[in-house]
Amino acid sequence: MAKVPVQFTLNGAEKAEFIDSGTTLLHALRDKIGDTSPKGGCHQGTCGACSVIIDGELRLSCLTLAEACNGATITTTSGLSEGGVLHPLQRAFLDAFATQCGFCTPGMIMAAKVLLDHTPNPSREDVVEALSGNICRCTGYEPIIQAVLTAARSNSQNAA
Amino acid sequence: MAIRRGRGVAAINYPTGMNLGGDPTQALVHSTPTGNFMVTLSSVDLGQGMKQIMAQICAETIGVPTDRVVVDTADTDTGPHCMGTFASRGTHRAGNAVIQAAREARQVMLEVAAEELEVNASDLETDGQGNILVKGAPQKSISIFDVALSAHFKRGRSISGRGMFLIPRSYPEKETGAMKPSTCYAHACTVAEVEVDDETGEVTVLTVKNVFEIGRALNPKMVEQQLVGGSWMGISHALYETTEPYYPNRDHGGTDFNQYLMPGPGDLAQTEIIVLERPSADGPYGAKGPGEMCANPQIPAVANAVFDAVGVRIDTLPITPERILRALKAQASN
Repeated sequence: MAKVPVQFTLNGAEKAEFIDSGTTLLHALRDKIGDTSPKGGCHQGTCGACSVIIDGELRLSCLTLAEACNGATITTTSGLSEGGVLHPLQRAFLDAFATQCGFCTPGMIMAAKVLLDHTPNPSREDVVEALSGNICRCTGYEPIIQAVLTAARSNSQNAA
Repeated sequence: MAIRRGRGVAAINYPTGMNLGGDPTQALVHSTPTGNFMVTLSSVDLGQGMKQIMAQICAETIGVPTDRVVVDTADTDTGPHCMGTFASRGTHRAGNAVIQAAREARQVMLEVAAEELEVNASDLETDGQGNILVKGAPQKSISIFDVALSAHFKRGRSISGRGMFLIPRSYPEKETGAMKPSTCYAHACTVAEVEVDDETGEVTVLTVKNVFEIGRALNPKMVEQQLVGGSWMGISHALYETTEPYYPNRDHGGTDFNQYLMPGPGDLAQTEIIVLERPSADGPYGAKGPGEMCANPQIPAVANAVFDAVGVRIDTLPITPERILRALKAQASN
């Protein structure tokens, strides 16, 4: 079968690949481009571990066809740190011990980033709602919720 | 028909590790030429923080900062033998093995330093910052960096140690059946408050208050993390999780994780954790195994709270709405 060309911006860099038609964005990111920060949990859109940001919106990369992303701007967790300095969300997750096995963490951070991009000062309920498409086996969620609230506070302090 | 509130309590006594056919773990420790220390294990870090704890234990024993220790784990082809990371045994078994290995390495390190400083090794101490000092005369000192260089390039010594920790197998006494399955026990007590809808059978856990007695908390933040996550997981076991809802009948069992029910961030009970530290006699620096037992007491506490709320004993897990409604129906017909 003929390969399909696909081009998009990933974490600020132009990417071009030839892929099989029907390849998911998750598969293209991990196995073609080599960005393994989105994780393949359920591959059916229920666990949230594969979450990425496409044109500012939270998307499940396991349910998104790579060829549908032509021209899109995609952000993954691996693109958040700048010059070795962690993004405030990554810092907050680390400081709050909001990660154990780490498998859900990139998806959680993507969901939290989209929340904070749209709602810089979220309530606890906002955070719970934003994370409700992501499941975690280890932490019991509370440290993750606290980390997102802490990151929101540090963002608003920096902005002030 | 009403929402009924109930409160339940449970206490548990949890062994650290298992009575296997003997329960051993081994560790090797060696220094690099620059005086960093390498701990080699085949135990696995599953995210519970084993590498951090083993680095702390090794650093404390040798007398160097924790960031001078690297822990290599999880290759059973090449690492010293470990039964595995399960049964809350990792910190206790591997930690004891690391202490023994680190002590032996420390002794060699002090012997090399003694030759360099021309003093007796028993007169030396470490400052915890990477230096070895003469007791009572701290101006006479040498860095561990220089000691390692000397050992490698001048004295031909290997600053290394071997560690072995074994809990021997316990056989039951023929007459009484008495045995000693473990040498060390952690404890916990939980009070759970629930609401049960006696029309739908749905249970909402309002609060869980947990007290955990876990020996010495070698890393208090990581202990807290484990206990908070475990408390949630206990509630999940009590109310939601199963692969075979009608066991032994396999009907309606999930076929993958999508059909395995687990609470999300919107289903959290208000959770309180209190840690009591009673150092164990045979644990590394007094540690016990808090790993698995943190998810245990919530289960009977929730079952007891359901009984307190609606008067039915559910003795099969998980405590589903269906089981509660069937029990309520049976109770009404009696």
